[in-house]
Amino acid sequence: MRNEQATKLIFDLSQPGRRATRFPQADVPVKPLSEYLPADQLAEEPPPLPEVTEADVVRHFVNLSQLNMSVDTHFYPLGSCTMKYNPKRHERWAKLPGIGDLHPYLSEDRIQGMLAILYEMQEMLGEIAGLPAVSLQPAAGAQGELTALLTAAAYFQDKGEDRKKVLFPASAHGTNPASAAIAGFDCVQLNSTKDGLVDMEELKENIDEQTAVFMITNPNTVGLFEKEIAEISRLMHEAGGLVYIDGANMNAILGITRPGDFGGDMMHYNVHKTFTGPHGAGGPGSGPIAVRDFLGPFLPGPILTKSEDADGNPRYSLTDPEKSIGRVRSFFGNVGILLRGYFYLRTLGPKGVREVSETAVLNANYLLAKLKDVLPVPNGDRCMHEFVASAKTLQKEKGISAMDIGKRLLDFGFHAPTVYFPLVVAEALMIEPTETESRATLDAFADAIRQIVEEEPDFLHQAPHSTMHSRPDDVAAARKPVLKWSAQ
Amino acid sequence: MDPANLKYTKTHEWVALDGDIATVGITEFAAGQLTDLSYIELPDVGRKLSAGEDCGVVETVKAASDLYAPVAGEVTEVNSTLEEDYDLLTNEPVGDGWIMKLKVDDAADVESLLDLQAYQAHCETEDH
Repeated sequence: MRNEQATKLIFDLSQPGRRATRFPQADVPVKPLSEYLPADQLAEEPPPLPEVTEADVVRHFVNLSQLNMSVDTHFYPLGSCTMKYNPKRHERWAKLPGIGDLHPYLSEDRIQGMLAILYEMQEMLGEIAGLPAVSLQPAAGAQGELTALLTAAAYFQDKGEDRKKVLFPASAHGTNPASAAIAGFDCVQLNSTKDGLVDMEELKENIDEQTAVFMITNPNTVGLFEKEIAEISRLMHEAGGLVYIDGANMNAILGITRPGDFGGDMMHYNVHKTFTGPHGAGGPGSGPIAVRDFLGPFLPGPILTKSEDADGNPRYSLTDPEKSIGRVRSFFGNVGILLRGYFYLRTLGPKGVREVSETAVLNANYLLAKLKDVLPVPNGDRCMHEFVASAKTLQKEKGISAMDIGKRLLDFGFHAPTVYFPLVVAEALMIEPTETESRATLDAFADAIRQIVEEEPDFLHQAPHSTMHSRPDDVAAARKPVLKWSAQ
Repeated sequence: MDPANLKYTKTHEWVALDGDIATVGITEFAAGQLTDLSYIELPDVGRKLSAGEDCGVVETVKAASDLYAPVAGEVTEVNSTLEEDYDLLTNEPVGDGWIMKLKVDDAADVESLLDLQAYQAHCETEDH
């Protein structure tokens, strides 16, 4: 049974004088705080912290955590986010003595093992990308995008070229134009064709000597492989521009094809998605970038290099590329997540990595085939690792929206898919099952959706019915956000 | 305002021309797509806009959409009531929910925009 007492606001649980621990009377002289700190450094009154027992605190947070949905508790088909199960052994290994408790200020001599791991990670990411120069620095995907665009800007500047335009398709992640704008480029959005792919005619019209970069996610956010990608790259390169591959959907193509092979010049990874970091709750992420040789000198430092000492033993060092744009993250990036990704890749090996994508694509197509008759998929009968279904007809005929279906799924013990993204599909439900789900789970999820679309619309508008809160007022939250608890 | 007397853009703005002043808003069709408005950003008065230039933002809980200038001109007035009452934009988009007034560079530009019939045909193709 749900403990509703324990999940009240912890401030509401507060009773004056309650404590977890009471310390014995001090047996040394005690001086008031005002004798240690000047008056202007002291608050007029203590902060209004909740006064609770240890049991209150533990029950509060444990009960709250049980109201949550996570990859450890539920199927989590949140499209575009690759919410795969994260093996616990990687957590354990990342905490091993000599790995988990190193200080980043230790001298290179004393962290050769860690540097070897990071060097190998750099090499593996370069190989999977088909782009040999890698920086592990960016702290997450969007910072990877920004870093790559700054790298591109430095490259064009070095060549004495003034290129200002970044192109991206309508199906792009919102971070693409945001990163381009922050890097100082002008953003030009291209429409998608009705098949959900890049409109080649519009692309040709927009490529000129001002074009710096074309940013594209492949497979794209509709879950389709951009089959014209080689031609897109050829056109961009002919005009002197670069192609950026948003690596958000790498889970579809690992070991099968490589961004560098289909014409990409730069890409970012989301190690926390594709290579199983503990994903969600705002981080931490890890967004390394891989680029072509000629862009390597501009990468942020430090990067890892390998040489041999006088005895022929490998020696790993941290160096800054020759024309580096500088640091984008302290120390060596989000090492904790890089380690989990490294162990993941080492556990699977090259064949296993390919099998990840094959199974992810198979699972998505299986689910698509089980759902398309009740939840149409506008962009075709085949997909890569995810697909975008549309509740548009259900909405028109019965008033059942994508939001209603997502909310109702919570009652069935499934996390909702991504809804209302990408914007190119009306009433979008973006479903990404990942490779870590069994056929039984996929069947149960499909059964739940098939049942939901037959339910009474009014009942669905009120869903979820089993959660602590049904529907938070997201409009009020967006218009007038209350971001902190206040004693008043 | 009689919809038949207005001019329209493919980006779902309507325009009412009075002398060289064009009143601009978004259409019922566009407003119908904008449930749960969370933020509106209007252009600054005095800003010179070229035709098709993005000049403001309408955000809903689900997405953000740009506002575009239907024709070239200078912003003479914005409907600041909208900044306090978002629902006005969705409830009365063609009327009290107007967005801005432009002193147009060339009144003939307005004439070349879509008429009601052409605009409705455009909406049907978008709503495929």
